[in-house]
Amino acid sequence: MHFRHILSALGRHRIAVCLLVLEIAFSCAVVCNALFLIGTRLERMHRPTGVDEPHLVQVDVHSVTPGTAEALMAQTRTDLATLRALPGVTGVAIVNQTLFGDSIGFSGVSLSDDPKAPSIPVTQYMGSAQLAGVLGLKLAAGRWFRPDEFIGYEQLRNGATGVPVIITRAMAGHFFPGQSAVGKTIHAFGTNRVVGVVDRLVQPRDYGPAEYYGYAMLFPVEMPYPGGTYLVRVKDPAQRQAVIQGALRALKADGPLRLVSPKYATTLEAERGKYYRNDRAMAWLLAGVCLLLLVVTAVGIVGLTSFWVAQRRRQIGIRRAVGATRGDILRYFQAENFLLATFGIALGMLLAYGLNLLLMLHYELGRLPAYYFPVGAAVLWGLGQLAVLGPALRASRVPPVVATRSA
Amino acid sequence: MFGYYLDLALRSLKRNRMLTALMVLAIGLGIGASMTMLTVLHVMTADPVPGRSARLFYPQVDPQPMENYKKGEGPPDLWTWTDAMNLLHDGKGVRQAAMSGGQVTVVPPGGVTRAFNAHARYTTADFFAMFGLSFADGGGWDAGDDGKRARVAVITRQLADKLYGTPHAAGRTLRLGKYDFRVAGVVDDWHPVPHFYDLNMGDYADPEQVYVPLGTAIGLKLSTMGSMSCWGDFPQDGDMAKASGCMWMQYWVELDTPAQVAAYRQYLVHYSEDQKQLGRFERAPNTRLRDVMQWLDYNHVVPGSVQLQTLLALGFLLVCLVNTVALLLVKFLRRGGELSVRRAMGASRRSVFVQLLVEAALVGLAGGVIGLLLSLFGLWVVRQQPTQYAGLAHLDTTMSAATFALAVCATLLAAVFPAWRACRLVPARLLKTQ
Repeated sequence: MHFRHILSALGRHRIAVCLLVLEIAFSCAVVCNALFLIGTRLERMHRPTGVDEPHLVQVDVHSVTPGTAEALMAQTRTDLATLRALPGVTGVAIVNQTLFGDSIGFSGVSLSDDPKAPSIPVTQYMGSAQLAGVLGLKLAAGRWFRPDEFIGYEQLRNGATGVPVIITRAMAGHFFPGQSAVGKTIHAFGTNRVVGVVDRLVQPRDYGPAEYYGYAMLFPVEMPYPGGTYLVRVKDPAQRQAVIQGALRALKADGPLRLVSPKYATTLEAERGKYYRNDRAMAWLLAGVCLLLLVVTAVGIVGLTSFWVAQRRRQIGIRRAVGATRGDILRYFQAENFLLATFGIALGMLLAYGLNLLLMLHYELGRLPAYYFPVGAAVLWGLGQLAVLGPALRASRVPPVVATRSA
Repeated sequence: MFGYYLDLALRSLKRNRMLTALMVLAIGLGIGASMTMLTVLHVMTADPVPGRSARLFYPQVDPQPMENYKKGEGPPDLWTWTDAMNLLHDGKGVRQAAMSGGQVTVVPPGGVTRAFNAHARYTTADFFAMFGLSFADGGGWDAGDDGKRARVAVITRQLADKLYGTPHAAGRTLRLGKYDFRVAGVVDDWHPVPHFYDLNMGDYADPEQVYVPLGTAIGLKLSTMGSMSCWGDFPQDGDMAKASGCMWMQYWVELDTPAQVAAYRQYLVHYSEDQKQLGRFERAPNTRLRDVMQWLDYNHVVPGSVQLQTLLALGFLLVCLVNTVALLLVKFLRRGGELSVRRAMGASRRSVFVQLLVEAALVGLAGGVIGLLLSLFGLWVVRQQPTQYAGLAHLDTTMSAATFALAVCATLLAAVFPAWRACRLVPARLLKTQ
């Protein structure tokens, strides 16, 4: 098309053109980076945990007047039996820490018993016999714990060693790259032999470098109820609230005085929502700012183009009078906008890259992946065409007769 | 003259309502978004204890063993029981308090079936005077109570109302788990933001409901809460006072003069040297002494995401301003004819310039109103977010005034270039073409 004519016409409004290009460029830079930030948040929120979350509810019971260790363990076993008998429940376990929970326990793990050997902190899940089944973990190698391998938490605290351990595939890859971890020995609570490897299980909360998120260990240790949480697996996710109510009633009815409250009973899905609420809020906020930014840019385009249309009414009339069709006029303004948007986008890409470098320097962000550039470009081209449509249509309706009138 | 400019400006703005509305909207959006984020940032970086923050210091020493020692690494943020007790005993500050977070089960007079968990702070006598808590009834405890592990407690007004239906609860009995405490005093609501004295509970956590003497709480083995870092074995009977290889406490000291601060720095170094000679410390003296604001800064209390959002909002304001410059430019240049007539009639460039700026200031004011409404709406949206700091996001008078000032200044700034261009037009040429 006649890009040369458009360019020479634009040359008459150099400053306004520059401002519009600058505005499109800024928008493009911010939108690219904001989309990238939204992407990283969404990616974080959708990391798999290896746990069958929709089928799980959890109940915390606090003791008011704790008794002896034996009494607590006996009460815990009674509770587990009570919960297992509830309708709609397919499995129950007690665990020291829950996914997305506030508390998180770590042990320094190394491959030798020398205290100076390099170690990394790995989170430990201590659970009763059914834990793996209740969580819905998948075994990648080796075996689950045998019933005779389970010990009480008191025994572990009193220095029990030689407890077997099941580790995640990610953790196995860190300690035993390229070999099978089953049968190997790690040093966490004394000496622990790896009997199995699960596909995936993650830290309750993010802690340490990102690659540590998938490092976790399971120990066959039964917790007393004040130090753990009851995990209940339901048959049908729709029954979760009913199971929570049933569990609270059953636990209240039975045994000594304890804190059994709906405040401490929830679904794992609700816990997930709470854990990622900041990420979700941030993603929405970024999306909101992006949208507003695009609205303002569109406002700028509409304003300037309307002005140019009004200014060139006579020229448009002359062009119409010498044979240009309505479509020609429409396409002229569309092409003009496309050209401006292209300049803006080209400059915007550079700015987006610079902004990303700046953010990487200050906020531990990754590099902006290349596919965000065409996405940003497409958004701004689309926006420009949409914004210019109104003024351009108005221009195309200018009748040829204005050419005959004096200004 | 100003009245005349105002009249001209209003006429001109009315003539092209669409363009005016677009400009006002763009400025309003930019101001609204940036003021929302600036207000959140303003709230989050506020001084938690105004008037006292420069006198309150968090000392740090390094009791850790040589293993994993990295040269140049700062000392840990937490204190061991032994060191905190030693410093408390030496009492080198004007006031000082050792403390830890905790959780207690409150059993109301109504009976054990209504028991609930509450956050507690286990601390020493100076806590209340040092941080400036005021008492609605009764008072704190004294250093003697710390030492003899007296069963006393201080509760908040909120808790007193909940338990006894009155803030005058001093002398009443408070049951925590299986122990009875005498309520020594009731403190008025105190909500320092951020929760500066113990950042392990969440930077913007609510304050505790129950205060118990540290010695009493540890003697009764009430459960502690917060971060703990150990290099030695944890005592099997759970007695935290014996956990010599564990850091889990906070320590604050009040120092009123620069001389006291300098002396305290010296004291921390001497203390570390003494402990090294005694064989308790292995590392060379590695100490710090930060006041409240430095402590918050060191702990990165303002989340990176809030800074990022603020940056984003300012970027947005920039786009809005570029947009305003462009729109004002076309608006002013379009009126070349009218301005030329004024120039030809004898108006100076200066007066045309001022007239155009008045017009821009009107747009800015209108944008400020829209911006204020939008920031009220934006802050309402922020308050609906479930983040910890969300409830704090309110627009105060300073920030409201700042909103208007920012709107008008930004618009005037945006108008300078277009107005300058417009008054440089040559009147004769424009008049001739008409």
